[in-house]
Amino acid sequence: MIEACRFANYFNAKLYVVHIGEDESSKRDFFNQVIEEFGFDGDVEFVFKQGNPVKTLSRFCDENKIDLLILGAVKREKLLKHYLGSVARKLTQQVKCSVFLVIRHSEEEISKKHIVVNGFETEQSQSTISTAFYVAKTLSSKKITIVEEIKNNKVKVDDDRSLRRATITHERKVHQENLRIKKIIDTVEHDYKNNIEVKLQGIFGKSGYSIGHYARVVRADLLIMDTARKQNVLKKMVANDLRFLLSELPTDVLILK
Amino acid sequence: MPNKNTNQQFLSTLPQNIFSGFVVSLIALPLGLGLALASEAPPISGIIAAVVGGILLAIFGGSNVTITGPGNGLVVVLLTAITTLGQGDVRLGFAYTLAAIVLSGLIMVVLGFLRLGILSDFFPSTAIQGMLAAIGVGIFAKQIHVMLGNSDEHGSLVTLLMKIPDTIQTLCTTDNTSFFYAGIVGVVSLLIMIFHAKIRNKYFQLIPAPMWIVVFAVGMSYFFQLVLKQEHPIDQKWLINIPNDVFSTLSFPNFGIIYQAKFITAVISITLIASIESLLSIKAVDQLDPLKRRSNVNKDLKALGVATMVSGFLGGLNVVTVIARSSVNVNNKATNRSSNLFHALFLLIFLLLFQSQLKMIPLSALAAILVFTGYKLAAPSNILAVSKVGKEQLFVFFATLLTTIFTSLILGIFMGIITTFLLHIIMNKNVVLFFRNMLKPNVLMFKETDGSYYVSVKNFSSFVNFYRLKNKLNLIPENENVVVDFSRCSFVDNTVMENIHTYVDKFEDQQGNFEVIGLDLHGAATTHPFAPRNINKDPKLNKELLLTKRQKNIEVIASDFGWSYTPYVEESMHWIEEFNYFKTKQVQTTKNLLKNKNDALFDVVFTEGAFIARQLIRSTMLHINLKHSIPEFTIDKEGLFEFVKQYTEFADIEIPNHPDFNKRFYLSGIDEMAILEFLTDDIVLFLESNSYYHIESNQNGLLIFKKERLASVKEIKAMIDFGLRFETLIKEKYARA
Repeated sequence: MIEACRFANYFNAKLYVVHIGEDESSKRDFFNQVIEEFGFDGDVEFVFKQGNPVKTLSRFCDENKIDLLILGAVKREKLLKHYLGSVARKLTQQVKCSVFLVIRHSEEEISKKHIVVNGFETEQSQSTISTAFYVAKTLSSKKITIVEEIKNNKVKVDDDRSLRRATITHERKVHQENLRIKKIIDTVEHDYKNNIEVKLQGIFGKSGYSIGHYARVVRADLLIMDTARKQNVLKKMVANDLRFLLSELPTDVLILK
Repeated sequence: MPNKNTNQQFLSTLPQNIFSGFVVSLIALPLGLGLALASEAPPISGIIAAVVGGILLAIFGGSNVTITGPGNGLVVVLLTAITTLGQGDVRLGFAYTLAAIVLSGLIMVVLGFLRLGILSDFFPSTAIQGMLAAIGVGIFAKQIHVMLGNSDEHGSLVTLLMKIPDTIQTLCTTDNTSFFYAGIVGVVSLLIMIFHAKIRNKYFQLIPAPMWIVVFAVGMSYFFQLVLKQEHPIDQKWLINIPNDVFSTLSFPNFGIIYQAKFITAVISITLIASIESLLSIKAVDQLDPLKRRSNVNKDLKALGVATMVSGFLGGLNVVTVIARSSVNVNNKATNRSSNLFHALFLLIFLLLFQSQLKMIPLSALAAILVFTGYKLAAPSNILAVSKVGKEQLFVFFATLLTTIFTSLILGIFMGIITTFLLHIIMNKNVVLFFRNMLKPNVLMFKETDGSYYVSVKNFSSFVNFYRLKNKLNLIPENENVVVDFSRCSFVDNTVMENIHTYVDKFEDQQGNFEVIGLDLHGAATTHPFAPRNINKDPKLNKELLLTKRQKNIEVIASDFGWSYTPYVEESMHWIEEFNYFKTKQVQTTKNLLKNKNDALFDVVFTEGAFIARQLIRSTMLHINLKHSIPEFTIDKEGLFEFVKQYTEFADIEIPNHPDFNKRFYLSGIDEMAILEFLTDDIVLFLESNSYYHIESNQNGLLIFKKERLASVKEIKAMIDFGLRFETLIKEKYARA
């Protein structure tokens, strides 16, 4: 909740605190206390609802035209891995608004120095990247890494000759991807780009799955993903990028929709 | 024109490929006959497989220095197929089996097109060891009877093993001369197999052990016929049976029982074993290849499939890539696939020219080769090697071995996979880790800004998901820098550790760098480099330092010369592999390192060849690091072997005005002018007046050793003295210049 207050504060947003369950004064007092302690002075509204949490919450988001849904994740004991409860997982996949998944509940603020953004080629990537810059600016982050995907569907490596061919294709692909991303960055407003280090990083193979792994390896503070990848029904059933990510959260994740 | 260049290169290496093909055909002839006999197929079928395989693989294959032909692993499977499909009728059984062979070839072609060359990665290495041992026991149990003269023994593996004492007893008491002489020939042949590797004589080694056996067997029969004017003491029944007209008596496949379950089982087992044997051999030969090329596994699989189909139609056995013959090929300096072709052509020539001589070979002589092969596969030293990786591996090993012996190969390998997987769960006390993450992509690879590749593996890494890691690693050219990080991985099994180790070697061979990090936190049960790593284990293991008498003496020498001494070397000594001498050899360990600033003297253990042609060699060598760059050259003792070499490789360089040197030493190198300039009169005089050493330069260092065995303490002193004086001589020369 503190994280939520912080976010609302940064973006000057209205904060809805939604609780599925009985409307009890003790709970209301607890919420009030948290908000007071934080010193949040924006708009706050407490909402108490009954029923199936997934359905109720997603309907609530639609009705109130919510921009961002903030959900907390549970830390699995011993393993230092985070996963989402089943409710949060379903919600993430169902709601139409963007979702922010928080794994680090801490009263002290941890500044989000390093943001990893997915820059895979989708119809959304333009807006994803510019949003990422906007978020970075508001959170005064130091560094943005835009991850690109280097696919190798065409050239299969069998022997030395095909390896050389594959290496050349990879380099060309990296170059193309860099150009594409740079074009997008050029369209981002100048203000947002100031004082932020931008890094482009290509990763091999199906990066949809690997971006979480990357974020963890580089110890990123925030991972920004978009979801609009064209996928056929079968692929969605078998392996969904997002589902892989959700089963093992590397860090705080912001999912843009 | 690159094309002209490759043509020229092809032509210039042609003599050494023909030579190598010839040597390989010497070993392939008896092996081909023997392997076919052991499967109860007509002996000629083994030769057909080798000839067809050699010709087709040379044209369509995707690997470079492999040799193809009938394989050891298939003996047991084919034997089962011929006996079960024919229901007692060997001829009919063989015709049905040929049909199964043709179909298995077809499946291999399909596997190749589906790019399933990665198939062999899904088998845990210990399970494969167990399977190979079971095949070894199978070959051994049957052939030891044949070797001892008793070729009528039948029954299950266990009964065959139980009957060994009976056969030995019969051999000692029999009054049947055929039985007795066959047994004697078998035992002598076995002794040849055993002691051939021990005698390090160049001329003796030039002819492989199996060919010596043929020479011995044929020679013996000529001895009886020409000298003693007697009948051949061994009856026709005990001799090899080759039809007079090879081409008119070929068998052809019979597709009559194609829908029966036992036929399908036979096809599956043949395909499985043929593919595994070939894939493993290709992988192993790639490591032996002095030019370190990467084989196109899928292309090879397709070509093997086609060759198997053709061979099956002509009445031949499966064509698989074979490790022992390939390693002989590499050791005889083959450079491309043409040596495989020549091996096939020479076989054909032998068959046509020496038909009557081949018929004099007793079955027991060929059985001796197979007994040795079987023993090598199932040798106790293999079990020891497995247990060194970890005691728990023995469990997998014996589960696979025993299941295979008592049931079938397919069940055996299946059992191996299951037990390995269960073992991993028990070792980690964690089921969730494996089942949650089995299907997840666990490997991340990206290129860092400094150009090196970073590969991070998470969750667990074992034979189940090694192919993911392998797919990524195969994308990296071998001359790049790679860092593989296992710190996010809580369990790494021995199959992965072993494969990673081969990657380290591959990269080092091509001046790349392959580093494994993040395993410091993991504990292992043994100190073996392939031991499985587990994050929940204590990483500390004590090492006992007990020195032998020789080591204590070396320690004394070290203090005499003021050098440092390390009995157990932990640092990598891979730089010695840069020397030409080690191009076709694999360094295993280095021990007893004596060192001063520039020089190092050490015991090195390395292997040459693989499988039955494999020899473990220990030697003591001195390495001198030079400040000046000198030309590349090799100085060796002059002999007949070098005389032969002249026509296949570099010529002997003659130094003007030094007839004694030219007579006694064999000097070779590329840049003749520079070498002559380097070898000034006083250096030549120095070499002439001291005892002989093998000296090799790789421009910035010298490698000096005397014999292919460990040096005694006295010899070590002499070697150090020789090396130091040689070093000062070179220094003086450059100081003057």
